[in-house]
Amino acid sequence: MAIILLFLPLLFALIHFLFKGDFAKKTALISSLIVLGCNIVLLTQFDSNHSFNFIEHSPWIHDLGISFDLGIDGLSMLMLLLTNVLVPIIIYSSFGDERKNSSVFYALILLMQFGLNGVFMALDGILFYMFWEITLIPIWLICAFWGAEDRIQITMKFFIYTFFGSLFMLLALIFTYSQTPDHSFALQSLYNANLSGTGLYFVYGSLFLGFAIKMPVFPFHTWQPDTYTTSPTQGTMLLSGIMLKMGIYGVMRWMLPLAPEASPSLAKWLMILSIIGIVYASIIALQKNDIKRIFAYSSIAHVGMIAAGLFSLNIDGWQGATFQMIAHGVNIVGLFFIVHIIEKRIQTRDLTHMGGIAKVAPRFAIFFMIITLGSMAVPLTDGFVGEFLLLKGIYNAHMWAGIIAGTSIILCAVYMLRVYQLSMFGETNSLTSTFTDINMQETIVLAIIAILVLVLGIFPNIIFELVNNSVQSIFQMTL
Amino acid sequence: MKHMEQLLYLIPLLPFLGFAITGLFGKSLSKTIVGSIATTMVFVPFVLSTILFFNLNHEHTEFYQNVYNWIHYAGLNINISFLVDPLSVMMMMIITGIGTLIHIYSMGYMHDDEGFYKFFAYLNLFIFSMLLLVMGANFIVMFFGWEGVGLCSYLLIGFWFKNKDYGKAARKAFIMNRIGDLGLLIGIFIIWNQYGSFEYADVFKSASMGGGSTALTIATFCLFIGAMGKSAQIPLYTWLPDAMAGPTPVSALIHAATMVTAGIYMIVRSSVLYNLSPDTLHFVAIIGISTSLFAAIIGLRQNDIKKVLAYSTVSQLGLMFLALGVGAYTSAMFHLMTHAFFKALLFLGAGSVIHAMSGEQDMRRMGGLKDKIKITYWVFTIGTFAICGFPLLSGFFSKDEILAAVFAESPFLWVLAFISSMITGIYMCRMYFVTFYGSFRGTKEQEHHLHESPSNMTIPLMILAFLSVVGGFLNLPHFVGEGAAQKLAEFLHPIFKYTSVSMLELDETTEIALMVLTTIGVLTVIYFTYKIYTKDASLPKEDHELKGLEKVIAHKFYIDELYDTLFVKPITWLGGFTHNIIEKRGIDGIVNGIGSSVRFSSSMVRLLQNGNIEYYFLGLTIGIVFIFILKLIL
Repeated sequence: MAIILLFLPLLFALIHFLFKGDFAKKTALISSLIVLGCNIVLLTQFDSNHSFNFIEHSPWIHDLGISFDLGIDGLSMLMLLLTNVLVPIIIYSSFGDERKNSSVFYALILLMQFGLNGVFMALDGILFYMFWEITLIPIWLICAFWGAEDRIQITMKFFIYTFFGSLFMLLALIFTYSQTPDHSFALQSLYNANLSGTGLYFVYGSLFLGFAIKMPVFPFHTWQPDTYTTSPTQGTMLLSGIMLKMGIYGVMRWMLPLAPEASPSLAKWLMILSIIGIVYASIIALQKNDIKRIFAYSSIAHVGMIAAGLFSLNIDGWQGATFQMIAHGVNIVGLFFIVHIIEKRIQTRDLTHMGGIAKVAPRFAIFFMIITLGSMAVPLTDGFVGEFLLLKGIYNAHMWAGIIAGTSIILCAVYMLRVYQLSMFGETNSLTSTFTDINMQETIVLAIIAILVLVLGIFPNIIFELVNNSVQSIFQMTL
Repeated sequence: MKHMEQLLYLIPLLPFLGFAITGLFGKSLSKTIVGSIATTMVFVPFVLSTILFFNLNHEHTEFYQNVYNWIHYAGLNINISFLVDPLSVMMMMIITGIGTLIHIYSMGYMHDDEGFYKFFAYLNLFIFSMLLLVMGANFIVMFFGWEGVGLCSYLLIGFWFKNKDYGKAARKAFIMNRIGDLGLLIGIFIIWNQYGSFEYADVFKSASMGGGSTALTIATFCLFIGAMGKSAQIPLYTWLPDAMAGPTPVSALIHAATMVTAGIYMIVRSSVLYNLSPDTLHFVAIIGISTSLFAAIIGLRQNDIKKVLAYSTVSQLGLMFLALGVGAYTSAMFHLMTHAFFKALLFLGAGSVIHAMSGEQDMRRMGGLKDKIKITYWVFTIGTFAICGFPLLSGFFSKDEILAAVFAESPFLWVLAFISSMITGIYMCRMYFVTFYGSFRGTKEQEHHLHESPSNMTIPLMILAFLSVVGGFLNLPHFVGEGAAQKLAEFLHPIFKYTSVSMLELDETTEIALMVLTTIGVLTVIYFTYKIYTKDASLPKEDHELKGLEKVIAHKFYIDELYDTLFVKPITWLGGFTHNIIEKRGIDGIVNGIGSSVRFSSSMVRLLQNGNIEYYFLGLTIGIVFIFILKLIL
């Protein structure tokens, strides 16, 4: 079953590469919906009491101990759902746009989906690494071909930077492999590797580097604001909504349980680093005027909070991080779609040129408000659940860490409400007076996101029922 | 009895449904229907609360319902659960009762507003949040309501969003509240670490057995930071006067009668914890009296009638915190209730005045209104005299009870509180006489338009006026004798089951003496303000005539400017510095330095690129397929 879910997007991607036509949008959407259907079928057969369901195991490159291992536990299932729910939304969000070579564009999105599904299912180090790199190529091409000005230079930096991190990750995996008793890249064998001394810290640090660049965690974040801003909306959504979760997932599955012995001395420093990033990104976001850039920095702050929660090595931090991955994915995709809607209508993202949009586009104003609330972690929205648990975890690890990280909920309110107020409130100007309210397609996208924001906030337990056991058992391994 | 317990969730759910219906479909419904739906969704909960009120007695002191599991995993369990005990039912009746009146009033007041349906949607959402706050059976549900009311307050202050300043006021209110919320959240975390639960029942029981500790002192202190934000106490009070930008019914409901009293409610709710933390209680008392005095002094030099009322609210809340600080929890609740009556009355009355004056809010441009808008004049008279503490009106009893409790604790604090009440009398009477007496000072056009408000506005006013008169009889002083005295205290008694309230009781003579003293004070104040502003017909000075201390007070001691210099500007500067120097030159400089060497070597690889997109994709996919074929073969 897992195989089907894995290869279906690849098959669809190939079809879209081969056939060109104007119908690519629709076929891509249908393809992604079929994948989602397949994922839901898996969900109905999923037993969250087992650690790994749907295990696939076949030897691959036997001599090197590499095998084709797949499996899905609660955490993986959640990440797959995030991916396969967001991809159709992302594809559908592009229905209002015209672009060249659209079938290639959608093929790349589907290829990306294939890679992402692989990352979240892989139970073999090399397989994981391979999928990890597969995701980089389509997203890079999407940004490099359909992006805005300066895209070549910026995406090249993005590519090299993340690739550089990945190489360290590969080195760490290979080193760990060399220390396994049964010379295997299988996840379980890597967990059992005898790491000690310098090797231990090398593995810990290298894996961190690989994952930290992807998320990104301060100070490895400088590729992110430029890349998010330059990429086409769908690229930014893929990057921020799903792809950065690979880094968080990596920390949870591949880093902390792999070298738990290094955590007592290092985790707290990584937590401090993450918290610096939260405040750092928040205060930069306070005074920017480009809304896409503000949301990019807000993403660094939110992700910093997730990372801090993981490195707090506290169960609340872990459960909160898991939940927040979903919440952040939903909210940030919504926010970047909002940027897209605004930019499409007034050809600018500069806050100082906006104002009064709520008056001419009341429906848009409501959805923008709901997603803003989610992002600001107001209770009964998805954002609150995650941030509440994360702060609780961080606070339990260290009082002042919790308080400093907590200032981000104040700062976040400041910059999010600033964006909302300068864009939506006040009198209209020559640009915004002709702003048309959102159409059917845009309403559907925003409505789905708004419903997710509220349902996840009011009934968060639907997520915890799915992941709680697997997060608990992975967490035990990190201690 | 049991089935009633299972229906508690209906009380908050109804206004939420009202919010959903009016918000989603309000645009296509008529104003009468929207208004009626919204009002019904508040009135029915009021009826339900009243039924609950009559079913609470000595045998049955609380109702509890666990609605659903919000978060559950090994190590944490949070329920959405409701608790209705005397304290919550009292708050619920105030919220839904005054809420209903204000909904009815708003149907008249907001009648010509284009955002009519949105206004009622927000009001319903507010009632929902406020009910969550007071009905929650644990700190988390309370926190939901706590932030929820802050959000509604934001939406309603900025309701006329086309005005930029209103938007700014709304944002300021939300952010100041958020600062308090963080404190509250930290306090809740400490409570969890101490007692391993968020549920009131567990926490208070363990606390009463465990006794005080440093952690508990810090926890109660943090909770109080939340109260400072929500109930506008020093240093987080500056948002409340600005919040007057919202429509007047909002000021009455949210910024006078209900939301701003959340801090009082929270401390009374956690009285077990506060009683174990005497240091925090002292601090609460100091903040309370300082705020009360400070806001009252600023109130002396305000000329916008809503601003006067706003500062008076801050000042009265300070008085309630002072009562809490000396451990007089029921006195604070008593004053909370009577204040809700007369302050809602005053705000709605002010609304009626502003309505009559075609939007004018400056008392210097009013005058002589007593014959023009008779009903408003009479209810306003009752409200003003009630807040001043005129004998036998509601404010008289509740304020005297606080003063007596304070006197028992510390005569020095009593002197300060006494001064604060006298100043309250001065600025309230000043506003009252300047507005309603003397000659009319508005424009000809305003005079022509002068009219009494419609009946859906005046009826709520009369009901509130009635309550402001009789509200005090709910908790008469001890000396009137058993049976009639201290009814409210008796009713609230069960909530203090874990609190060992050891109030210093004053003897009858002292209590009566204090009462006589304040009465003389109040009458003197009324006489002199009458003399100055009516007989001598002196008027408040125009802004440019002010100098020295007067000017400083009129500018609210320049506190806003101080905060701007201390916090807003440095943080904005820091943001710029971080971005331009640390980010661009520092971190990214290093990255690009490393990057350029990498880029050089990669330029070799780049020669392979020939610019044909399809070529790359084909190569890419073939590569992937090849890898998997390899897998199948090996």
